[in-house]
Amino acid sequence: MSLPNVRPEPSPPARAPRAPRPRPLAQRIGTPVVVALSALPILWIAYAAYADRLGANPIREIVIRTGLWTLRFLALSLAVTPLRRFTGWSEIARQRRTLGLITFFYATVHLSSYIGLDQAFDWGDITHDVLKHRYTFVGMATYLILLPLALTSTKNSIRRLGGRRWNVLHRLVYLAAITGTIHYLWAVKKDTSRPLLYLLLFAGLLGIRLAWWWNRRRARALVPS
Amino acid sequence: MQIRKGGQIPSSEITSEQDYLDRRTFLRAAGVLGAGLALTPSMLAACARDDARAAGASQDALVPTSYEDITTYNNYYEFGTDKEDPSENAKGFRTKPWTVRVDGLVKKPADYALEDFLKPAKLEDRVYRHRCVEAWSMVIPWRGFPLRDLIARVEPSPSAKFVEFTTKLDPAQMPGQRGNVLPWPYVEALRMDEAMHPLTLLATGLYGKPLPNQNGAPLRTIIPWKYGFKGTKAIVRIRFTDRQPTTTWNAVAPNEYGFYANVNPTVDHPRWSQSKERVIGGGWRKKETLMFNGYANEVASLYSGMDLRRNY
Repeated sequence: MSLPNVRPEPSPPARAPRAPRPRPLAQRIGTPVVVALSALPILWIAYAAYADRLGANPIREIVIRTGLWTLRFLALSLAVTPLRRFTGWSEIARQRRTLGLITFFYATVHLSSYIGLDQAFDWGDITHDVLKHRYTFVGMATYLILLPLALTSTKNSIRRLGGRRWNVLHRLVYLAAITGTIHYLWAVKKDTSRPLLYLLLFAGLLGIRLAWWWNRRRARALVPS
Repeated sequence: MQIRKGGQIPSSEITSEQDYLDRRTFLRAAGVLGAGLALTPSMLAACARDDARAAGASQDALVPTSYEDITTYNNYYEFGTDKEDPSENAKGFRTKPWTVRVDGLVKKPADYALEDFLKPAKLEDRVYRHRCVEAWSMVIPWRGFPLRDLIARVEPSPSAKFVEFTTKLDPAQMPGQRGNVLPWPYVEALRMDEAMHPLTLLATGLYGKPLPNQNGAPLRTIIPWKYGFKGTKAIVRIRFTDRQPTTTWNAVAPNEYGFYANVNPTVDHPRWSQSKERVIGGGWRKKETLMFNGYANEVASLYSGMDLRRNY
């Protein structure tokens, strides 16, 4: 709602009320570009399913591919902060939340395709599978870890929780990276080369943070009290 | 445990009721086959077939899986660990010349040229359920001959209690063997009475054609009541022994893959359920897995008195 204009303005052509400085292009198109690119995998999977290009066991293929993309986007969202620190490219910090939500989107598609396509909504089978088999259990746990992070991704949530508590809560993403990789590792039968690649990747991404934390701690200890 | 030797098979058993039933099943399946082949494996078509299956078919009406699915969805780690790898990587695999060594506790140990090995064999077509330990399944029209015919020919000694099968070791041609995903070569084995069972086949073809390389050419075993990994592909050696051989998957992960590996919906794999199976090309809903993969009438007696939870 606009306030009544009390100040008598002399004459037109009045300049429009000073608009906020136009955001740089990179900032304005950043999120749409990230979202559009992130949609490509799911669009490709949907097209391949429609065109019967997923091989003899399309349901398994959909479950596997959406799971892999969940891990990839999780890795991308964890790469944002290190990338920003190493390159000084601060613009990308804005995409951390976008990528986190995209990770959650793929996790949701992955879980839904397991429940709906693979298990055909047989809740008895699903319960048995989740409780009795460790890789499904860990997978489900990973989703439940990601869920509160997605739900508290708004600015409003940060305000309500307070930055400190919000930060602590969102450190759960590190746990999700670990359990997500274990889920993949336990799901494969024998050829663990690809899961181990993800393990290495996440070990790197978490290792950097561990190193930062260690340095901070040491720096603090050096400050005379 | 009674062990029947080659020479002692009563002639009444040679054409067993099951063979007869199988033949009938095959004829019936052949009729459905025309319709089955006309449908592409697209998910929509598969759903239609699923409905047809549910509507008309009793449990034993076996609808063969499409030739394309059977030949592109394979577990054959010698040619790669992805399902599509074997169909790609086995293209140039040379199966001629091929020698099969028969040795161990046997009266006539020898190296056979494959042609001589197969010459006396009377090939038949058998439509079998195929159940993978990974909880998917197919229906496959094999062509082959009963393993017992061969065993009768080579005359194992009475002390032979197991038959061991070895896959070719040839890293130059089998790229998977250059890595150490499994200890090579692949070895599987059967108890003598399992090997002598009339359902157990040495297969040389499928869909009436020579066996494609990715399906185990030129010679493989089929034991339809066991998980697929009990079958040995590209066999170069058949050894008779009195001790239970060390078999590949059992050695690699004994808590996951037993020596017997009989299809059993009541004993879960530690990592997944075995109570249902994804039917390849069979649509959305899974099928209930049958005890001994639907061959309980024929084979359950082989395991009477055995604890199948322990001997999985």
